Parts: sequence; C-alpha cells; structure tokens
Amino acid sequence: MSEATRPGLNLRSPHGEALTAVEGRSLWQDARRRLFANRAAVLSLIVIAVIAFVSIVGPELAPWTYDQIDWDHVEATPPSLETKHYFGTDTVGRDLLARTLFGGRVSLTVGLLATLVALVIGVTVGAVAGYLGGKVDQLLMRFVDLMYAVPLTFFVIILMVLFGRNFILMFLAIGCVEWLTMARIVRGQTLALKQKEFMEAARAAGGSSWSIILRHVMPNVLGVVVVYVTLTIPQVILLESFLSFLGLGVQEPMTSWGMLISEGAQEMEANPRTLIIPAAFLTIALFCFNFLGDGLRDALDPKDR
Amino acid sequence: MGPYVLRRLLIAIPTLWAIITVCFFLMRLAPGGPFDAEAPVAPEVLANLRARYNLDEPLFTQYWHYLGGLLQGDFGPSFKYKDFSVTELIAQGLPVSAQNGLCAAILAVLFGIPLGIAAALKQNSGRDHAVMGVAMVGIVIPTFVTAHLLLLIFGVWLKDTAFHLPAGTWNGGALPNRILPVICLALPFVAVIARIMRGSMIEAMRTNYVRTARAKGLPFRKVVMHHALKTALTPVVTYLGPAIAFLLTGSMVIETVFQLPGIGRYFVQGALNRDYTLVMGVTIISAALIIFANLIVDVIYGVLDPRVRYE
Repeated sequence: MSEATRPGLNLRSPHGEALTAVEGRSLWQDARRRLFANRAAVLSLIVIAVIAFVSIVGPELAPWTYDQIDWDHVEATPPSLETKHYFGTDTVGRDLLARTLFGGRVSLTVGLLATLVALVIGVTVGAVAGYLGGKVDQLLMRFVDLMYAVPLTFFVIILMVLFGRNFILMFLAIGCVEWLTMARIVRGQTLALKQKEFMEAARAAGGSSWSIILRHVMPNVLGVVVVYVTLTIPQVILLESFLSFLGLGVQEPMTSWGMLISEGAQEMEANPRTLIIPAAFLTIALFCFNFLGDGLRDALDPKDR
Repeated sequence: MGPYVLRRLLIAIPTLWAIITVCFFLMRLAPGGPFDAEAPVAPEVLANLRARYNLDEPLFTQYWHYLGGLLQGDFGPSFKYKDFSVTELIAQGLPVSAQNGLCAAILAVLFGIPLGIAAALKQNSGRDHAVMGVAMVGIVIPTFVTAHLLLLIFGVWLKDTAFHLPAGTWNGGALPNRILPVICLALPFVAVIARIMRGSMIEAMRTNYVRTARAKGLPFRKVVMHHALKTALTPVVTYLGPAIAFLLTGSMVIETVFQLPGIGRYFVQGALNRDYTLVMGVTIISAALIIFANLIVDVIYGVLDPRVRYE
C-alpha cells in the first residue's frame, strides 16, 4: 500500500547524468490493470453501478412512488406508456417499476451494511487471533468452529421472529452470521505475514500489538478481504431475499427483491411479469457480483502470479 | 480411528448442549408469546394455557424439564398444532425431507462429478466453458427463483402437454409431484460439485504420480479413474458432508414453494406462528445432523487420503 504512489527515484550515474529509474508498479496498479483486462468483470462493474444508481435515484424520479396506489389501475395492469406504469402495476395498483427500484435499494443496502458488519467482526477476530496466537487464537478459532456447526440461517430466522421484523436488526443479524469465513481467511493470511521481516522490524521498533495489527497486518490482508467482500455481498442479498420471501424480512409497504418475487409468485399464472421482472433484477445483480468477485480474485490473488 | 471418533462425539455433546441452551433462553426471553392472539384471551384461560405448557414455572425449572424431556426424545408439545407433540411432527416431516434430500444428493453426485471431470480433462475448451457457464447459473440463481420459474414452465405454460407436472401440491408423495422439488434441490449442488471437482481434478492431473502413471503407458482412462480421481475426490467429500446434512434437513424454500410436508416447512410455519417448541425442535435436529455429517466427513478423509492422521 505504502508504495502505491512511490515517485521515480532520483538517481545519478557515476558520470553525473540523471538516470530515469523505472517507475515502480504497486500491487494495486497491477491488480487494476488485470481487472480492467477482464471483460466480464468490467461489464459486471458497470451493470452493478447502473443498478445501484437507478436504485438510488430511480424511486425519486419514477412517476409513481413505491407505496402509492393508483386507484385507476388497481388490478395488475400490463405495462403501458400511457398510464406511466412502464412495468405495469401489481395487484393492488402500485407501480411495479417504482417498487422494483425501491426493492433494489433495500436489498443492496442490506447487502452492503451486513457485509460491513461481517467485515469488521471477521477482520478483527481473524487478525487478532492470527497475530497474537497461542491461547487467544485457540479460544477464538474454537468459537468459530463451534459457530460453523450451528445452522445459522435458523438463528437469523429465530432472531427476526423474536425481535420483530426490523431493518436494522436484519442486517446486524445477517452480518453476525456471515463473518466466520472472513475470520478464517484473515487469520491464515496473518499467520503467513507474521513470518515476514517487516513485521519483525515493526516489533523491534517497539510497535504495540494493536498498532502493528492496524498499520501492518490490516493493509496487507486488504487484497484478500476485498475479494471476499465482493463474494459476501451477493450471499447477503440472497439471504435477505430468502427471508423476505418467507415473510420474515422487511415489512409492508417497504419492499425488497425477495418480497416482490414472493408477491409475484402468487400471481404468476395471471401475470408472470410480476414474478419475472424482480427475479431478473435480483439474478442479474447476483451474477454481476459473482463475476466481479471472480475477476478481483484473479487480479489480486498472489498465488496465480 | 476409534478413540478419535469417540473424542469427536464427546466434543459434539457440549456443542449441541450450547445450541440447545442458547435457543431455549432466546425463545423465553423474547418479547411477545405464542398466545398473543388478535383478540385478548381471558386471564383465566391464559393461566390455564401457561400451566398446560409449564410456562408458569420458574425459568430454570422449565429449562431442566426441557433438557430432561430431550434426553427421552421428547421435544415437548407444539404450541400451535394442539393435538401433536413436536416429536410427532418431526417424525412425520423428517422422512419426507430426508427422502427428497437423499434423491437430490444422489442426483447431485451423479451429475456433478462426471460434469466436473469432463470439464477438467478438456480445460479451457468449449466443453469446459459450457459446463462452467451452466454451473455459474446453477450457483447464482436463487432456489426460490428457479423453483418458481420451473413451476411457471411445467405447471402453467405446459399445462396441456405431456410435460405437465403438478404444481404446488404433495399428493401423498406421488412421483410426478416429487420431480420438480428434487430437481430444484439438486441443481445448485450439481453446480457446486462440478466446480469443485473440476478444480481438484485439474490439480490432480498435474501431479507427478499421474505423470508417472501416464509415462508408464497406462491407458488414459485408467489413470483418470484409478490415480487422479481418488485424490481429487477429497474436496468434494468435504463439501458433501454439510451439503447432505443440509439436504436431509429439508430446504425451507423448496418445501414452502412446493407445499411439501417436511421439517423445513414446519420450521417456517413454526417461525411465522411463534410456535417456539416446534422451531427449537427442528433447529436441534438439524444441528445434530450437521455435526454428525461433519464427523463422518472427517472419518472418510482418512480412507481417501492415508496421509491424514487422526490426533
């Protein structure tokens, strides 16, 4: 990381002429180059950006709001330009375009926030366990092992049932479930890093454990973490839509892709569109996150170099 | 190996106990209860109900009661299905889930492994890309989307043709009613197994002993089946353990979509109805199965890879 913006060295030959040193390329510059050479990953990045943008801006610009009932078209009207329902309406006359975009906003937000929670817990536990080693490591990793044996989806559902369906609880609960693998990966990386000379130098210079973890361990596990984050986001979106699909997610009139799919499924015989449109949005988003994650792994994974 | 298995079983007991305890106290500490009806119940009736389900006792007495019951295979009475105990409900639901899960697991292995090998042997060919593309689709599209799309196609659009399959009913487990749920269950697992198999097969084909075997002039087929496959299977087995446990304990989504009377659907129903004893029962059974499946996987490791030592 620290070499990301290293200037060209100002060397001189014995005869006094300036030598133009080769500009160093950092890991991140290399990774960016490799990522941009990967067509599927770049396309996925663009599609994700577009979906995120329309989900943020779209619900405000759409002719109808997500919870507004158009009393002239209460029974699932097909798409038409005249009524300004570009995707048609659902069975109670709400605009499907506005609802799909708003659902995207909810799904993506939960995906990002829950992944953030998982990231903070996972990286902290992994780095601390790996760096300190010994008893702390044993204790933390046995706990992770134990959590792996637990059917965690069940626990998220139990929590949602017990404490009510609420947005904040949902991403906290999902985040608390998804951090396990992150912790294991970060621990493995930290163990490898610990053997490196610069870590020894940092210790010799008198750095405290915390500052070494923050300044030296964390930046160096960033590559792996970024890859894993891109792969966790779709998992979380999937879990959220699964909960909403079962009727345990966000509450009406709020909506998410999973909930729209569940509503559309009731109607699929008469109006397959109400199922297919949100399902298509969800699937495309999941695809793109997976391709992007794969692309990032190819770009950042030191093993393949 | 004997002492190892014994020790693992001994570790499994406290794990299961921890799960039971956390579940129990979460359920009891939660605000609201199973008897929060729309219309308020008379206090006398409520008192009777609470007495019937031992809810009027101190928390720890209830806990000991529950643990004691569990040891005798008694999960307590269901809060909502008044005439059934949770044990009876699980006894009804588990076979349905397990049958479908087993079929799906067999399907996943039968298709996943050959597909993965086929892709690995012709790396970066059209065949490889096709298999991996389909696998990506299988992994990414959520089951509740595939389930509905298949229902839409085979249940609705092909209604009047020979390909019509009944939608959203169980019908006592008649064969046509089982086809779609089992396919939906198996699809993501076929995909993941194919991917894992491809990766490990490619690695195995690059090892020295495979090169030696080929240099000796052994037929290609024999090298693949005898030398490469055995090592390449290890990662698949790791994945299969939890996967089979998951399949046997029933998919909540599939069972909800297809209205199958399995324990996954009981869990969802129980969760929506706040039927605490039922939810706990299913969670405990699933956890036990997952722990057991992981143990079996670790034992099979040693059979596949003699370098693994049980400590």
